[in-house]
Amino acid sequence: MIEAISIYKQFEGKTVLEDINATFNNGATNLIIGQSGAGKTVFLKCIVGLLAPDKGKIIYDGRCITTMKEKEKITIRREIGMLFQSAALFDSMSVLENVMFPLDMFSSMTYKERLARARACLDRVNLIEAQDKLPEEISGGMQKRVAIARAIALEPKYLFCDEPNSGLDPQTSLVIDELIHDITKEYGITTIVNTHDMNSVMNIGDHILFLSGGKLAWEGDKTQILNTENEQLNEFLFSSEILRQVKEQAFKHK
Amino acid sequence: MILIEAIKTFGSYLLLMKRVLTKPERWLMFFRRTLHEIYQLGVNSIPIVLIISLFIGAALCIQMKTNVESPWMPKFVTGYATREVLLLEFSSTIMCLILAGKVGSNITSEIGAMRVTQQIDALDMMGVNSANFLILPKVTGLVLTIPILVIFSIASGIGGAFLIGKLTGIMTSEELTLGLQHEFTVWFVWYSIIKSFFFAFIITSVASFYGYTVKGGSIEVGKASTNAVVSCSALILFSDIVLTNIMMQ
Repeated sequence: MIEAISIYKQFEGKTVLEDINATFNNGATNLIIGQSGAGKTVFLKCIVGLLAPDKGKIIYDGRCITTMKEKEKITIRREIGMLFQSAALFDSMSVLENVMFPLDMFSSMTYKERLARARACLDRVNLIEAQDKLPEEISGGMQKRVAIARAIALEPKYLFCDEPNSGLDPQTSLVIDELIHDITKEYGITTIVNTHDMNSVMNIGDHILFLSGGKLAWEGDKTQILNTENEQLNEFLFSSEILRQVKEQAFKHK
Repeated sequence: MILIEAIKTFGSYLLLMKRVLTKPERWLMFFRRTLHEIYQLGVNSIPIVLIISLFIGAALCIQMKTNVESPWMPKFVTGYATREVLLLEFSSTIMCLILAGKVGSNITSEIGAMRVTQQIDALDMMGVNSANFLILPKVTGLVLTIPILVIFSIASGIGGAFLIGKLTGIMTSEELTLGLQHEFTVWFVWYSIIKSFFFAFIITSVASFYGYTVKGGSIEVGKASTNAVVSCSALILFSDIVLTNIMMQ
């Protein structure tokens, strides 16, 4: 479980995050949504410790990352898997080497065991056939799947995904969403996904936080989101014509 | 304002070096990466070092013969002056200035590209000391190979002088050999090698600093590469004066 307690962050006098409180539970896919500039990425960076909040605490299963020394933070980071917007695969390494990298660095396994583990992770994301290719030789969707395989190689307790569907077609996005959701359930990990893809919200949103202007404007799950009275959230959600029609049809059926 | 910026940049450089100069997390990984950098930065630079030194050695020989040698100068002066220029300045300082362009821009663009594509963030997120992991093998790799490059440069420069003497007939091999051997001081070779260690550290660490601290996109990576080469060159020239003053007195 991860708790964010009263998080504040400013950049050059401009408030980006203001008094954000949230709890992210194990085995659940937690989504942070909001318009561009709402503070989603800054909030995620504060949670993972890439940015230090000006005020407030981030607590990982009772361990406060905001007051920790750098060495202690490194211990927690080894329990984290992260999927970046650009996949962030090491372009000088093959797909298999990318997945093996965290095992090479931090596990005490033998070479054979590391190889087997990396292959199992690649198999989990259905990419075993691409193991010898370089990241530049595979598609964007496949790169995201390799990044997921790398993120789960060390069996993390926490998984963070920053805009995992950015630049992907809807069908591939669906595959990535389902993979993230399934892995979350399978490993019982705490997953936080930063997105503005409404398909992801409706597919995998076990717990959704809506940020607006740096504040937490709404919190709920995918069953509650379509019936919300929150004006800002409605404006954000139904800027999509398809979703507006879905909502209208839902009301007609009622 | 410029002074404050310079102090801030120097402070950031020192903080980065503090992270770089720590014990590697995995020695095996470090050795593997260092071998890769020895090949990438050192071995791949051998052709350019040999070619440039050969031509400069030849040109130096012609210059000395036509401009310095006169009837009241001893015959060995051409070989002697060519050797001294190659040993004392060209094969260490000028060669490192050339390497700052080749190797420095390569390092900055490689690390800068990793920064803008979030690969460095990925390393940090895994709990890897990214500065140590990426930069220390580059520093070690070039510092270990630079003496070889300096020796190759000296040898190639002298080879160029012999070649031009033979091809143009401006002087005999015996005259050149006499000059090359005249009052030869072994310390000058060590002086050249010692200086090059400092220059290798400057090239790799400064170029890595510019790449590591890139903010923005590919245009910024290009600008950082240019700034890295300019800074490396200025620092090499400045430290050349300091080191010469210390070692030659």
